[in-house]
Amino acid sequence: MMRLFVTLAALVAALFIASLLVGPARIGAVEGLRALVMGGDGPVPLVMREIRLPRALLAVMIGLSLGLSGAAMQGYLRNPLAEPGLIGVSGSAALGAVLAIHTGLSAAWAFGLPLAALAGALAGVMLVIALAGPRGSSLTLILAGIAISSMAAALTSLVLNLSSNPFAANEIVFWMMGSLADRSISHVGLALPLMLAGWVLLLPLGRGLDALTLGEDAAASMGVRLSRMRLVLVIGTACVVGAATAVAGAIGFVGLVVPHILRPLVGARPSRLLWASGLGGAVMVLAADLAVRLILPERDLKLGVLTALVGAPLFLHLIYKTRRELP
Amino acid sequence: MVAAGLALAASTAPVRADEAPRRVVSMNLCTDQLAMMLAGEGQLVSVSNLAVDPRASAMVDQARSYTINHARAEEVHALRPDLVLAGRHSSRASVAMLRRLGIRVEVFAAARSMEDIGAVLERMGRLLGRADAGALAAARFEARLAELRATVRQRPEAALYYANGYTVGDKTLAGQILLAAGFSNTATRAGISGGQVMALEQLVMHAPEVLISGTSYSGETRSEAILDHPAVEILRRTRPSANVHDRDWICGTPYVLRAVHDLGGLRRKALEGAR
Repeated sequence: MMRLFVTLAALVAALFIASLLVGPARIGAVEGLRALVMGGDGPVPLVMREIRLPRALLAVMIGLSLGLSGAAMQGYLRNPLAEPGLIGVSGSAALGAVLAIHTGLSAAWAFGLPLAALAGALAGVMLVIALAGPRGSSLTLILAGIAISSMAAALTSLVLNLSSNPFAANEIVFWMMGSLADRSISHVGLALPLMLAGWVLLLPLGRGLDALTLGEDAAASMGVRLSRMRLVLVIGTACVVGAATAVAGAIGFVGLVVPHILRPLVGARPSRLLWASGLGGAVMVLAADLAVRLILPERDLKLGVLTALVGAPLFLHLIYKTRRELP
Repeated sequence: MVAAGLALAASTAPVRADEAPRRVVSMNLCTDQLAMMLAGEGQLVSVSNLAVDPRASAMVDQARSYTINHARAEEVHALRPDLVLAGRHSSRASVAMLRRLGIRVEVFAAARSMEDIGAVLERMGRLLGRADAGALAAARFEARLAELRATVRQRPEAALYYANGYTVGDKTLAGQILLAAGFSNTATRAGISGGQVMALEQLVMHAPEVLISGTSYSGETRSEAILDHPAVEILRRTRPSANVHDRDWICGTPYVLRAVHDLGGLRRKALEGAR
């Protein structure tokens, strides 16, 4: 177990450094890192500190959040298909964020943006859990997710289409696919408090999720209060997904792919899977964000395009595997 | 239905080319403004809704006295025009529809250089049967441009930076305005000639002497947030900078001279700073 933790942490660290060193401006590794630490005048410290550092930090924070929330939802629903992006939580958060931006709320009060996204995510996750039930079958879960995602996407497009601003309509792509390009340290500051709250809520759920693998009755007899656990899960997921989506758009499939890969390595114990998926999510988003910059550096390829290219085939595979329980 | 439409079209349409059109409808922001400048009394019937948008149009007050259209074939046709003025970016479907209904549609390409503006003024004059007015406007424009251009010896480097990190090079009207105002363009040094996204870190690394950014429309979009990025703020604080007024920069009309003139002060500041 320790080995897995060290490996994942080392990967995060290595990719974090790589993320700082890759970009359209050609800056040498030593020069860049020195400028990052020592500061100084001129353009290099500005690029390192104001542009690349926030991007790398956000990739770690968002990856951690998405991996963790995916593992937690899957543990609670005991269903490997539960993922914030697929079941409409990210989409609802994006709707909240778009409403905050286009009504001017986010301009009037900076924290209006993440809090509106939180409200959207909360509505999304509550709807999903209510519709899918505590022991959500794959079918109801996916159907509820489709309904909520399409509703949120339609309303997001409506808000952007109604805007008189000529740039608004182009933003639909950002909110559907997500991107970390040219985010600033202020976005880190906006997202971090909510994410911290979400991590603090979600990480201790492990023990209860472990008990839940034995069934609801067994878990209840072991002293797990399911209604309280559900509440913590809903709020924690809404916090992390809301904050992530508010600053980077809806990035899908991270919470699906990462727990799936790591589950065999942690002996399928939800408590271990939580932190492992958090780190694994950071690895995946950092790697995807590096790939975005290396494959088509000129084009601002969206992050969600890459995660979907990896995630969607896996999603199909999982549906194929679980179709026995589908009618 | 179709037959009725065709009959209607036949009754309004064909005018001999040498005869001045009597009911002109413009459905593009740039042709709106050119037509308002050159049309005779009562000749222009309608301009597009963008012409009354103060952010995009330099002639809002004049435009208010015309019927406003939204560049849709049905409403344009209902105005019974004998000449429709459209832009290269107007909806192809709308233009094709109007032509099928037998209406003469003249399409204007967007101006990419100062020379295009003189030519487009002359063409608009000819189309409206007011060739003299067109030629006069073109001559005035060229004379004033030559006057403004003559003052330039040294060229400080400026970057144009818009929403979404978009910048433009020399093969665009905005790039030409920058050159005419006596600047060189950072985009050219970055190998960009048309319009393209320039990554924020590239902008920072090129460290232009002057930063000219697009004005935000309402601020209420994510696309414009990049103009408030801390790195852009620092660039703006540490060198002469300005916002462009889109209305003088978008269309190839004599109003670009106002944009050129407005950049003069910025250029002087840059040259003093360099000394």
